[in-house]
Amino acid sequence: MKHVIPKTYKEALEHLSEGTYKVLAGGTDLMVKNRSWSETPARFKQDMLYIHNLDELRYVEDKGDHLTIGALTDYETLLRHEAVPKVLKDCLIEIAGPAIRKVGTLAGNIGNASPAADGVLLLYLLDAQLVIERKGARREALIDDVITGPGKTTLSNEEMIKEIRLPKSTFTKTQFLKVGGRKADAISKVAFAGAVRIEDGIVKDLRMAIGAVNVTVVRLREVEKLHTGETISAVQDSIVSIKNAYVPHIKPIDDQRSNRVYRKRVAFNMIEDFIMNMHIQD
Amino acid sequence: MAKVTFTLNGESITVDEPLNMRFLDILRMKLGLTGSKEGCGEGECGACAVLIDGQLVNSCLLPLGSVEGRNVMTIEGYRKTKRYKILEDAFIEEGAVQCGICTPGMVMASESLLNQNPKPSEKEIRIALAGNLCRCTGYEMIFKAVKRAAKEGEGLW
Repeated sequence: MKHVIPKTYKEALEHLSEGTYKVLAGGTDLMVKNRSWSETPARFKQDMLYIHNLDELRYVEDKGDHLTIGALTDYETLLRHEAVPKVLKDCLIEIAGPAIRKVGTLAGNIGNASPAADGVLLLYLLDAQLVIERKGARREALIDDVITGPGKTTLSNEEMIKEIRLPKSTFTKTQFLKVGGRKADAISKVAFAGAVRIEDGIVKDLRMAIGAVNVTVVRLREVEKLHTGETISAVQDSIVSIKNAYVPHIKPIDDQRSNRVYRKRVAFNMIEDFIMNMHIQD
Repeated sequence: MAKVTFTLNGESITVDEPLNMRFLDILRMKLGLTGSKEGCGEGECGACAVLIDGQLVNSCLLPLGSVEGRNVMTIEGYRKTKRYKILEDAFIEEGAVQCGICTPGMVMASESLLNQNPKPSEKEIRIALAGNLCRCTGYEMIFKAVKRAAKEGEGLW
């Protein structure tokens, strides 16, 4: 197997075009998944491309109507950047600890595609657009269209994520709630992210994303749209039908972190809590 | 095998090892720097933490391939600094060391914090040390030690 450190992003795409490489960004998932005995190399199953040294992919740029985040920008950097939305920071500060946040990246979180990924949950909430490139070609896609299941994405073997674009939005209230085994260094049992913009008592923008309850993050844009333009009380009066709309989609599993009964109960409580308190400012 | 060049405790070094080796193992097995410990091997305990370009990173999750061109500081290099001496005295004074396995990671995490935030609040100290487990002290003495170091070492960070 080949192990390569490309010197430039261009060179990285060149190697990727061979179609045999896996990209390692921070490595905080890959190094655990492929862990071998102590003092022996990680047991990777394919050619590896170590891109951690590609500083040209570390940037956060304010483009006016959106924020552009380079693929290798780590969580600690995002936490300190003034243009990063508060709700994303509320999430990032609860991911792992500082030492993992210094190498962990949103692009890696996408590539790993865990249904319990907190970073990915926020990318769903914020309508993230991904810029994906391969040698000589580029495509843009909404996060929902890239992640297809646990560990599964539409990224081909020749592609990598170059940057993440977050359209700018104004919210009157945002919320990130994570239920984990402990306050730090915990993977979510269930996680919820909500955002709403209310103007003159009318709900202008309503978003909810729920993690670790299905094979991908659950975000029901059609349900959100149905209640956009309604008064606060009209939306809150519909809480039963809103929750019912989520029933077919909240299908958690039993695993080492939690069980389906608990996850289901908590997920619906989080939805209800957000809807019923969306008019109360932080 | 591949050649990787980086700065280790102030000196340029080149190692010729597989890129998928954990950096922790390179430090301990190939370079004889056994200050960084392996606790969990999966990023939960922070005993293996080192500074990369001045910020805390778990060396057990870092493949050698990620270290190319970086500036690495381990506890062995850090202990030669004035800042270390302040932290050492504060840890001793507050009884923040018992069995000692977590201590190198705790000290590196404290340095990473104070380097970025010389006057941290209690909450900021807790966040900074959240990725470092200690099974002896119950943490309170460590928090106190960091507070003491921030005060005693004012101006150094």
